[in-house]
Amino acid sequence: MNILEVKGLEVIRNAMKVLTVEHLAVAEKETLALIGPNGAGKSTLLLVLSRLLKQQAGTILYRGQDVSTLGDLAYRRKIGLVLQDPLLLDGSVFDNVASGLCFRRVPKAEIHQRVDDWLEKLGIRHLRNRASRALSGGEAQRVSLARAFVLDPDLLLLDEPFTALDTPTRLRLLEDFRLLVQQSGVTVIFVTHDQNEALLLGDRIGVMMAGRLAQVDQPEIVFNAPASAEVAEFVGVETIIPARVIHQAEGMVIADTGTFQVEVVGDCRVGQDVYICIRPEDVTLLLDSDGSSSARNRLEGVIIRTTPQGPLERVVVDCGCPIVALITRASATQMKLQTGTRVRASFKASSVHLVGR
Amino acid sequence: MEMIWQGITEAIRLLFSGDPEVMEITLLSLRISGLATLISLLIGLPSGTLLALGKFPTRKFWMSLVNTGMALPPVVVGLVVSIFLWRSGPLGSLRLMYTPTAIIIAQTIIAAPVVTGLTAAALQQLDPRLEQQLLGLGATRWQVIWALWREARLPLLAALMAGFGSVISEVGASMMVGGNLRHYTRVLTTAIVLENSKGEFAIALALSFILLLLAYLVNLLLTWVQQRKPQG
Repeated sequence: MNILEVKGLEVIRNAMKVLTVEHLAVAEKETLALIGPNGAGKSTLLLVLSRLLKQQAGTILYRGQDVSTLGDLAYRRKIGLVLQDPLLLDGSVFDNVASGLCFRRVPKAEIHQRVDDWLEKLGIRHLRNRASRALSGGEAQRVSLARAFVLDPDLLLLDEPFTALDTPTRLRLLEDFRLLVQQSGVTVIFVTHDQNEALLLGDRIGVMMAGRLAQVDQPEIVFNAPASAEVAEFVGVETIIPARVIHQAEGMVIADTGTFQVEVVGDCRVGQDVYICIRPEDVTLLLDSDGSSSARNRLEGVIIRTTPQGPLERVVVDCGCPIVALITRASATQMKLQTGTRVRASFKASSVHLVGR
Repeated sequence: MEMIWQGITEAIRLLFSGDPEVMEITLLSLRISGLATLISLLIGLPSGTLLALGKFPTRKFWMSLVNTGMALPPVVVGLVVSIFLWRSGPLGSLRLMYTPTAIIIAQTIIAAPVVTGLTAAALQQLDPRLEQQLLGLGATRWQVIWALWREARLPLLAALMAGFGSVISEVGASMMVGGNLRHYTRVLTTAIVLENSKGEFAIALALSFILLLLAYLVNLLLTWVQQRKPQG
């Protein structure tokens, strides 16, 4: 059953339509990660879903009931909200975690039991009486999460809660958060601009582009078969080349870029204008003199740029159009790859994804 | 120097001898200014909150009006209140002119914009997303306001101190609407003016020290409340 369903949502600010969501449904116990570039409307959607911002058109259904008839307060008391900054109140950790329960006038004994329980689960029991102003960023965010979880919400809305944290703290908290979501079975809508966070937490990923939900799908579909060139670019597909389908037979397609032809596993009609999308990690580089490969596509070219990217090397090969490959630093050193080196970029027909233009 | 020393010794003598007239004047000052500050708080806290958190088209206009009100000259307030309370004025039938109530009205008009303006400023300096977070935690509108007042309690108490300070020390309005009537509307500031005009500088100085001591004690109490550590 869907816990939340959005239909025909529109948000207008200063006579500009800043958010349009035709349809979005979130199933019970699902974690939906919303990703997208800055200004794509992710946080606006979250504010609308938490009824802190009113839409100009459309309906939000909570368990099939229109939230406007349910009432804002009644609806908000079924959800938990965690923002990017913890925004803790002046007081102790206990006071902060208990605040939502106090607003609901939960009996004191129950407040103590529930707060202590969640402080324990988030590993911050020892901070119980510490002043909120004396906490580190990671501790404060744990308090913020405990403050939301303690309410036992049906739906948890989070707006980039880990963004401001340093990497080790973020990774530890992410893992703890993932386990807590699994254990509690809470439904989660999670805004992030970090694709790794989305992959780690999301049962499905929604990609927002320019105020629209461009794609909502399983993570592997979003990352390997993006719905548009914009989504492809955002999810890390670095090679996006316009082409036209010139042949189609037995589940194989040949697309012509004007410079070279690419074989693709897929089903498109001949004459269709498409974008060829290739993820950089799917491209293998061979030295010109190297032997054969099982990959259907082999393009000769010259390296025009190499850039270190963590333990990897990002290599751009000019094959008439730039093809981007991501290879290990060790391979790059062993193959003595540098600007000007002639290489062959190869990739499988099944690694290429075609997007309609 | 000798005059100042005389003033200090006279002040100590008046304080410790329990001079009934001085006690009466001091208590009346405290009662009038305390009540005016309390009424200003009742007006200023909700109005300042509305100005800080409300979203209505004329908000900036009201804000500028309140900010101007914070610099209201007491004599102008005294003049306007006198016109209203004068026997032939619009509120003359109430017979409030030259009564402690008239002074309370005038002092409230002086202190209310101060409390309102500083309340609005205190709430506006809070993170605007805090209101969203509180609503997201399931707080009602009143619970949000109460939580924001608690968060801004230090500058809010400063607003209260500023309001009290502005009325306990004013003389123009109290003199004009109170008339400085002995045993009835004579407060510390009007008594100081009177003693000064009589050339009784030592008594004027003594009353000034009492006024300063009173202002200090009230602010000491408010500062103690303000600087208390939140209970964990």
